[in-house]
Amino acid sequence: MQYLGMIIGPMLDGTLVTLKMFFVTIILSLPLGLCLALARISRFKWLRGATGVYIWLLRGTPLMLQLLFVYFALPFIPYIGVRLPDFPAALVAFVLNYAAYFAEIFRAGIQSIDRGQYEGAKVLGMNYVQTMRRIILPQVICRVLPPVSNETITLVKDTSLIYVLAMNDLLRTARAIVQRDFTTTPFLVAAGFYLVMTLVLTWFFQRLEKRYGIYDE
Amino acid sequence: MKMLQAIDIYKRFQNLEVLKGISLTLEQGEVAAVIGPSGSGKSTFLRCLNRLETIDRGTIQIEGEVLVAPGPDGRSRYVPEPEARRICGRMGMVFQQFNLFPHLTVLDNLIEAPVVVKGLKREEVIPEAEELLRKVGLAEKRDSYPARLSGGQKQRVAIARALAMKPDIMLFDEPTSALDPELTGEVLKTMRKLAEEHMTMLVVTHEMAFAREVANRVVFMDNGEIVEEGTPKVIFNCPTHSRTKAFLEKVL
Ligand SMILES: Nc1ncnc2c1ncn2[C@@H]1O[C@H](COP(=O)(O)OP(=O)(O)OP(=O)(O)O)[C@@H](O)[C@H]1O
Ligand SMILES: [Mg+2]
Repeated sequence: MQYLGMIIGPMLDGTLVTLKMFFVTIILSLPLGLCLALARISRFKWLRGATGVYIWLLRGTPLMLQLLFVYFALPFIPYIGVRLPDFPAALVAFVLNYAAYFAEIFRAGIQSIDRGQYEGAKVLGMNYVQTMRRIILPQVICRVLPPVSNETITLVKDTSLIYVLAMNDLLRTARAIVQRDFTTTPFLVAAGFYLVMTLVLTWFFQRLEKRYGIYDE
Repeated sequence: MKMLQAIDIYKRFQNLEVLKGISLTLEQGEVAAVIGPSGSGKSTFLRCLNRLETIDRGTIQIEGEVLVAPGPDGRSRYVPEPEARRICGRMGMVFQQFNLFPHLTVLDNLIEAPVVVKGLKREEVIPEAEELLRKVGLAEKRDSYPARLSGGQKQRVAIARALAMKPDIMLFDEPTSALDPELTGEVLKTMRKLAEEHMTMLVVTHEMAFAREVANRVVFMDNGEIVEEGTPKVIFNCPTHSRTKAFLEKVL
């Protein structure tokens, strides 16, 4: 018990890093994903193509590779090369990667909406933006909540990849303590922390689904 | 006044010519029923009028304003989109499949477009919307979601929703075809009421009784053409064309 009290401090610090990474990634990648989804189905062929290539690249290579690339390789690229500190570098990789996944979820959601909804809005005089904002996207949100919830839970665990940039998130902290004290307890504590985080997320999304799913189709 | 004028409309899907030179004029307060066999292009014609489909050739004027007309090269040219939206705003449309917005309550279905498109205040539109719901007999459903309504109720909401934009012309594409037979009556009654208020209406329908009793004019379409048109009396009692006769024999 006393041992737990001793390691809980650093582990909470690690959790904070994990949570910070998680929240900032979610807040930035959801809107970016939506923009990419709209680009993916736009009337402009070049835009659809470019977005398709982007999504292919980001979903087709390991997230770990992307992390390493942004942190270690990006500084050496002529003109656009910048050297980012560890947190922003990891953030860029996570946001770009998760936006690609969210884009595909949103795209599928938007395309699952019946054509009659667009036509109903059009004959009432709504333009593209009004139709999307008021008619299509509210219905899309309700339909994509389950897959978005899935991705979100995956992200909580994916944040542990930032150990490769030597950032002290929850898992890296736990591992450091394990190696120092020769006990596996920190691993169990870390598992508990992750489970609590995903539990809260699950509960949160359940509530969202209840709230936005009051109408059934 | 000519409310709607379509002149020599041509429309093809890939290599299927669906409309082959359709012309139709509607006067203020006229109720025209469009009848004809399946696949004859009735829906397509209606959808061309409010640019749910774009035409290949021809002219469409709404209340004297040009929506689309042939350009110098003979191909049809639409007016710019905001202009087209304004012109088509004079027409309301009711679909076979209702197309209500499932995430909005009945009242919000009616209010959405006046608020979003016309920029009116919610509070201003609510009394009018409630009045419309009373008119279609659904005042007590104002807070229900569409999923909770019967087909007939949905279609009446759809009619009220179109009316909430205060259109001068109403287009109906088989408004009762998706309904159980015992539910068609309530929708037809609502449409009859509208006709009595001198709404200009263009109704694609399989309801011959409605066409006979409510319409001033019956238009028979077959194979992308208007074969024959006239008063219900003439079309139903002494049609001149053999195609009209054959069709009516089948459906009556
Ligand atoms: N979007 C489309 N793409 C290709 N072909 C189409 C399209 N819409 C309609 N058609 C074809 O155009 C023809 C006319 O269709 P339309 O729906 O206008 O007929 P209709 O008279 O309304 O028939 P119904 O009484 O069955 O509703 C049909 O052969 C149909 O298959
Ligand atoms: Mg049809």
